[in-house]
Amino acid sequence: MSEPIISVENLSKRYVLGRQRSGDGLRHALEGAVRNPLGWLKRKNGERRAKSEEIWALKDVSFEVKQGEVVGIVGRNGAGKSTLLKLLSRITEPTEGRVRLRGRVASLLEVGTGFHQELTGRENIFLNGAILGMTKVEIRRRFDEIVAFSEIEKFLDTPVKRYSSGMYVRLAFAVAAHLEPEILLVDEVLAVGDLSFQKKCLGKMGEVARGGRTVLFVSHNMDAVRTLCQRGLLIEDGKIRADGDAESVVEAYFAGLSRGFGRQQTEGYGLVIQKIVLKNDNGQETRQFRPGEDLIVEIAFDAQKCIEKPYFLIVIQSSKGNCFTANMLLDGHRPKALQGKGLIACRFKSMPLLPQRYTVRMAIKTNDGKDSVIDYEDVGSFSVTANLEDYGYKGEFRTRVSEATSVVIPYEWHLPDGTIASVALSVPVAASPK
Amino acid sequence: MHELIIEAGRTERQYWRDLWKYRELFYFLAWRDLLVRYKQTVVGVAWSLIRPFLTMIVLTVVFGKFGKMPSGGVPYAILVFCGLLPWQFFSTALSESGNSLVTNANLITKVYFPRLVIPASSVVTSFVDFVISAAFLVLLMIWYHFAPSPNILFLPLFVMLAFAASLGVGMWIAALMVEYRDFRFIVPFIVQFGLYISPVGFSSNVVPEQWRPLYSLNPMVGVIDGFRWAILGGEQAIYLPGMIVSVLGVVVLLLTGIRHFRNTERTFADVI
Repeated sequence: MSEPIISVENLSKRYVLGRQRSGDGLRHALEGAVRNPLGWLKRKNGERRAKSEEIWALKDVSFEVKQGEVVGIVGRNGAGKSTLLKLLSRITEPTEGRVRLRGRVASLLEVGTGFHQELTGRENIFLNGAILGMTKVEIRRRFDEIVAFSEIEKFLDTPVKRYSSGMYVRLAFAVAAHLEPEILLVDEVLAVGDLSFQKKCLGKMGEVARGGRTVLFVSHNMDAVRTLCQRGLLIEDGKIRADGDAESVVEAYFAGLSRGFGRQQTEGYGLVIQKIVLKNDNGQETRQFRPGEDLIVEIAFDAQKCIEKPYFLIVIQSSKGNCFTANMLLDGHRPKALQGKGLIACRFKSMPLLPQRYTVRMAIKTNDGKDSVIDYEDVGSFSVTANLEDYGYKGEFRTRVSEATSVVIPYEWHLPDGTIASVALSVPVAASPK
Repeated sequence: MHELIIEAGRTERQYWRDLWKYRELFYFLAWRDLLVRYKQTVVGVAWSLIRPFLTMIVLTVVFGKFGKMPSGGVPYAILVFCGLLPWQFFSTALSESGNSLVTNANLITKVYFPRLVIPASSVVTSFVDFVISAAFLVLLMIWYHFAPSPNILFLPLFVMLAFAASLGVGMWIAALMVEYRDFRFIVPFIVQFGLYISPVGFSSNVVPEQWRPLYSLNPMVGVIDGFRWAILGGEQAIYLPGMIVSVLGVVVLLLTGIRHFRNTERTFADVI
């Protein structure tokens, strides 16, 4: 009985990158290899060369999971989390190692896999269900439940291409939430959808877990990991760095975020980023902000060699793309030189951001902007939360802000009857500190 | 309890059982392709009749009227359509299943199921078109007051042969397409040339005797000859050595197709 439901032994996965390496990441490199029809000829001749272009997405990973455990898998982008789920769900084959699964597995690596734009909601429920491994009988039995959960009754016979993205996600998650496997693998599906629906999904997953099922859950949403999972696994550079209760693993993740990022990249310049922290108005370290608050990004660096006249760039990004930036290439306020340990900070004043999740990108350039000393996609993330009503948002769709553009500057409507309605994302008086 | 072991190079054992378990997915994918295929078209399903109908007219006029090819006492249009029927099935199945893995890349990188389901279900989709055109053949025969030969009882055998040929080639191309998109350009060539190389517009009796075994290396020769023999009977006799070559060819294609597909399948998600 106490035998583990999942046991993973020395699991490794190697990807061989193609020759046309553009530096745009693994997918591009792989794509290049596929597109180049003669690549395979050359690869045979240049076996030695190919070795240097290998990447171990996962290396010697071993762990065990007991039945009924809910395990949160955390790590930075590209650490190997998704590869692990892909191996466990048999989408791709391991290069080395072994996995033993004692139960039916269902994986949810993407919301709405196999949804077809031209088909109606009803048709897609059946199609998606079948793709996820449900039988027709099972789907039919749970059909009403799925529809009720997704809240799209009225649009059941409308092609999903006419759905809003929120409706689409709700329907897709509803189907997946009604899978009944013994082992459920979930990858970052909660990053989409509005806040209230996210809560509903989290609730549903909690329910699944209490039903004695085993869940492996990859997420960047640390609050979700904390509340949902008993146990956490931190993956860094394809290896397990921490394995323990969720709380301590989340802490280890944050600690890792603000400690030495990708050492090799900075080698040539001898620059080490020691710590990056996000602070609020009061100078407190936090990852939760309110609209209209200040955001301070503080970077502690250690320049072993002198870097003259560097440009710093900080970009705040949402899932929709770049929101705003502080860019020395444009404003020209650059330090004369970086030498030894130091601190640089940037304060974004009264961020006009809607409640969504954001990530911080940071880059340092030198040599008149031609060379990148570093360029990190995701040095930290934070979420903006608010009850939008407090900010004068009264629309009935305000709960779906995740579909909206992220940045809102103050505006006012001049209505035909002469009333002026102004809207601004500033800290409301009642809620402001002091 | 259901137990599953994942290791490099090890998927053999549960594969065929999985294929059975996912039989419904197979049905759903075919159903999806059919539903989607004629959405937002004006004449809809009629397209699966218009295409063979126009091709039949062109081939009948060119080979029958201008070329004065022998038809063995059968209305030339019927002779052509009996060849066109399996050929259309083969060529659409080939193009559809060849592209199927690439167009379903989003599924392949996100969910597990035996990948064989995908090209196989495209062959099934093409088979539906085949059935519709077969109904048209019936109308054509009524129009010409032409009764089928009793050999028609053997037709299902040749339909199966056509199925096997389509699936065999389809699997080869689907698997190759994942890695080499060149096949996107090669397939239309095969389809275009095949129409003239295979005995679609003419009876294979016009091929000189000594060349027929060689000619039969094209598996569609056996299929088309079989169709004609089953439906028209009479002078459309089967040339036995040629038929054997064709059948063997189909079997080899199917078996190697499955093998190659199975060998490359496990890396699909990485290279697609």
